[in-house]
Amino acid sequence: MRLINKKLKWHDRVILGALPFIALVMTYATASYLRRIDNPADKLLPSLEAIGNAFWRMAFVPSPRTGDYLLWSDTLDSLWRLGTGMTISTLLALLFGIAIGFIPHIRSTLAPFIASISLIPPITILPILFIIFGLGEMSKVMLIVAGTAPIMIRSVTQAVLDIPREIIIKAETLGASVWQMITRIVIPTTLPQLITALRLGLVPAWIFLISAEAIASTSGLGYRIFLVRRYLAMDVILPYVLWITLLAFIIDRLLLYISKRIFRWHHLSGESL
Amino acid sequence: MRPMKNHFIKFLCLAVIFTAATFSSLTGTTSALAAKKKDFKVCWSIYVGWMPWGYLKDSGIMKKWADKYDISVDIVQINDYVESINQYTAGAYDGCSMTNMDALSIPAGGGVDTTALIVGDYSNGNDGIILKDKKSLADIKGQKVNLVELSVSHYLLARALDTVKLSEKDITVVNTSDADMIAAYATKDVTCVVTWNPLLSEIEANKNATKVFDSSQISGEIIDVMMVNTKTLKDNPNFGKALVGAWYELMKIMSGDTKEGIAARTAMAKASGTDLKGYDAQLGTTKMFYTPEEGVAFITSKELAKTMELVAKFLFEKGILGENAPSAEYVGIQFADGSVYGDSKNVKLRFDPTFMKMAADGKL
Repeated sequence: MRLINKKLKWHDRVILGALPFIALVMTYATASYLRRIDNPADKLLPSLEAIGNAFWRMAFVPSPRTGDYLLWSDTLDSLWRLGTGMTISTLLALLFGIAIGFIPHIRSTLAPFIASISLIPPITILPILFIIFGLGEMSKVMLIVAGTAPIMIRSVTQAVLDIPREIIIKAETLGASVWQMITRIVIPTTLPQLITALRLGLVPAWIFLISAEAIASTSGLGYRIFLVRRYLAMDVILPYVLWITLLAFIIDRLLLYISKRIFRWHHLSGESL
Repeated sequence: MRPMKNHFIKFLCLAVIFTAATFSSLTGTTSALAAKKKDFKVCWSIYVGWMPWGYLKDSGIMKKWADKYDISVDIVQINDYVESINQYTAGAYDGCSMTNMDALSIPAGGGVDTTALIVGDYSNGNDGIILKDKKSLADIKGQKVNLVELSVSHYLLARALDTVKLSEKDITVVNTSDADMIAAYATKDVTCVVTWNPLLSEIEANKNATKVFDSSQISGEIIDVMMVNTKTLKDNPNFGKALVGAWYELMKIMSGDTKEGIAARTAMAKASGTDLKGYDAQLGTTKMFYTPEEGVAFITSKELAKTMELVAKFLFEKGILGENAPSAEYVGIQFADGSVYGDSKNVKLRFDPTFMKMAADGKL
């Protein structure tokens, strides 16, 4: 049998999937051990135990300064910003994506504009965002929107353009109005693509969230990481990074699950990662 | 089955190579701590008092002194101040320019035994607190204060609040990146910032800005130092001699208004993004120690111990001395006369006038 046709048993898949993670942890543990022979208080690669302790301290011991459980209050604040930003981006993507994809006049007006806008790295116009939206929560949410909405609009537009022309013609033959076609054909067929766009948009969204919190903030996951970076507290940074990765992974899987449950027809053929 | 086995072996080899590469890059940096060596690296970041480091490299003065002691010293500019200290702490550099406070919290707090080789200057107005539309420091009560949290700005703020019987509970600290400080000041929500030069003078130029406190009111407490790894220095005294020799040669040149002095300062001004006038203005709020005698006098003074105690207490209160630090005395600091503040079994920061003294006595 050829290599590519081999079907792996589920436990083999789990073991193979776990391998790189185990290798990473082992590499880390050894490197950390070697560095700590030179300097037992090494801050760059603290021991796994120190990382565990730091995680415990951030999650379950109230901060002496504020009395908050830092990990949870940071997580809550960050997720609020991320959630608000992505909700706005999703709504914008749906609205503009359909309008641009379906109505020729709007497409001619906005498509080149959105395509250009989506290429501007939002970080570079940060001072302008500050002046318009202030330094508070609003500017952080807007940075996420600015970073994700244009590309999400473009992928929804593409999804609308990909609707087979025959279906539209069929609907027109049956006397459907533009509005009817939008509500009965365009929206239902593009919704799964919207979820895909959302999942892809979450990648830059996290980056912009963390950068926004690094710039001016009093709480949040990114704030904490950039604050403790000032004294190289990798024992706090590493568990925060793992935590962010885990959160991002869970949100991504959740969206995939929702998509598979609601739009079963969209997932009929092919595997999805 | 043969092809598969081949694949598997290839895959395994790749994995091993990759792991080994990662591994060596993570641990390799410790080799910077090896005993006798000839090649050294120090790093610095842009700041008025550290611009000479860049000029030392460009002018060839560093090379001249390194050749004299038959070693090589590479001077590397790093764009991010905290990153430069982190790199030094991780072992990638043998020395790094930083403030006394950051030396105590990052390398010393992180177990890297560090020696103050050249005390270059202290901030004498280079750091300050600016209020928008308000005229006195007491008005800061209840305001949001934008600053780089846990930096010398934060320390300056804590010392300033003491003078008007306020504490950090009376204000809200908003951690703000120094890169965005000027843009932040331009927004409506920002009413108070604590920052350093050249940002400070830039913000102070606004009509609604009043500087209500600056580092000249706590003069001698924010000290800028070339910190080097104690073990490296001990094993290689020539490294220390070359750095100190080169430094004071340049100090002599740049302190004067000779043609050479002006040329040196103009080059430094250009490198820090300003002109000679702007750079001289910044030097005006910096107390430079142009002669080794001044440096020795400062480092052997009694005030230094008091300053370091204040700094250690501040760091401890903010939880930056390390989470397992039971008190502000956790990290020992040794002074010129051999006295130690804090734990004498855990001395990690040393103020040692030996090398500056050699320069003063003309023994280099």
